[in-house]
Amino acid sequence: MSDASADSASLAPEASFGDFFALLKPRVMTLVVFTALVGLLAAPNPVHPMIAFASILFIAIGGGASGALNMWWDADIDAVMKRTQKRPIPAGKVTEGEALGFGLALSGLSTVMLGLASNWVAGSLLGFTIFFYVVIYTMWLKRWTPQNIVIGGAAGAFPPMIGWAVATGGISIESVLMFCLTFMWTPPHFWALALFMRKDYDHAGVPMLTVTHGRRSTRIHIFVYTILLAILALGAGVTSIGGPVYMAIAIVLNMMFVKGAWDILNRDEEMSEVDNFKVERNFFKLSLLYLFLHFGAILIEAIMQRFGMGGW
Amino acid sequence: MSIIKQHEIHTRRYGRNVGVGLLLAGFIVIIFGLTVVKVTRGDYEPPLGEASE
Repeated sequence: MSDASADSASLAPEASFGDFFALLKPRVMTLVVFTALVGLLAAPNPVHPMIAFASILFIAIGGGASGALNMWWDADIDAVMKRTQKRPIPAGKVTEGEALGFGLALSGLSTVMLGLASNWVAGSLLGFTIFFYVVIYTMWLKRWTPQNIVIGGAAGAFPPMIGWAVATGGISIESVLMFCLTFMWTPPHFWALALFMRKDYDHAGVPMLTVTHGRRSTRIHIFVYTILLAILALGAGVTSIGGPVYMAIAIVLNMMFVKGAWDILNRDEEMSEVDNFKVERNFFKLSLLYLFLHFGAILIEAIMQRFGMGGW
Repeated sequence: MSIIKQHEIHTRRYGRNVGVGLLLAGFIVIIFGLTVVKVTRGDYEPPLGEASE
């Protein structure tokens, strides 16, 4: 063997900076940052900009750390699913050990730093969120029950509560309502994805509702959860986090969302195959806008209230 | 021009080192900023009783 070939063989698997960044699931992180920021700004207590910035950063790092630990544990199924094959571990760019160490280090750092920067209620909530996502959802529920998405959705719903806790040092009905909004939104969002990415979950052996209870049942579940979500979202509009602007946006979005779920309910597999799951894909895209605009509306109401407007 | 041939992995490693360096510098700035804010707000003032002892 020549020196050159020995070099190539031993140097090949070294990860770049971007590979480590990809472990943090940057797209999920944007949702975490946005909802946490809304929770922080919607709270009645003003927060110093430097503390707010540092807190949101540490919440984002904590969210990213749980993503890295999720990729470490799920490397085997990520390698099978088309949607996740290019992630750093299945792509051979980062080793499982590196991802584990990276995730654990960032989990500890973000939790302690958030506690020091803001308060220990917020720090503890972030620590619990990472534990919930990694241990309860990823290690336990995901491969065990078709309700994985329902209960696991709680992990993604915590950030606005953490943001609220940064400002107030506690938990209140408003922060619980923001939690519930994301919690109830998660199942229809992921089940719509499971409908059109069906082969992925089949191959990976993840007990998604589509695999265990069939696709008809999944369509019914999407509709039922969407109705419950709409009731919750409109109900939140009459509380202190709502107001006329929120209500106007919520009415339009929920009508569109319920219509989308109704269309999904009234389709069968043949119809979906013909247009390559167009309705399901549109519903999934709408779900992203749905959450973004609801939290955007909460933010608008909070800003307006600072100027003596907004609210009821 | 350097007489040592640069392997692709050296570029990657350099990028990673620069990234880590910038992150560490950013971390120091954040800790410094937080300390300034907390000290000037009086978060670490000892209670009056202790201060007078």
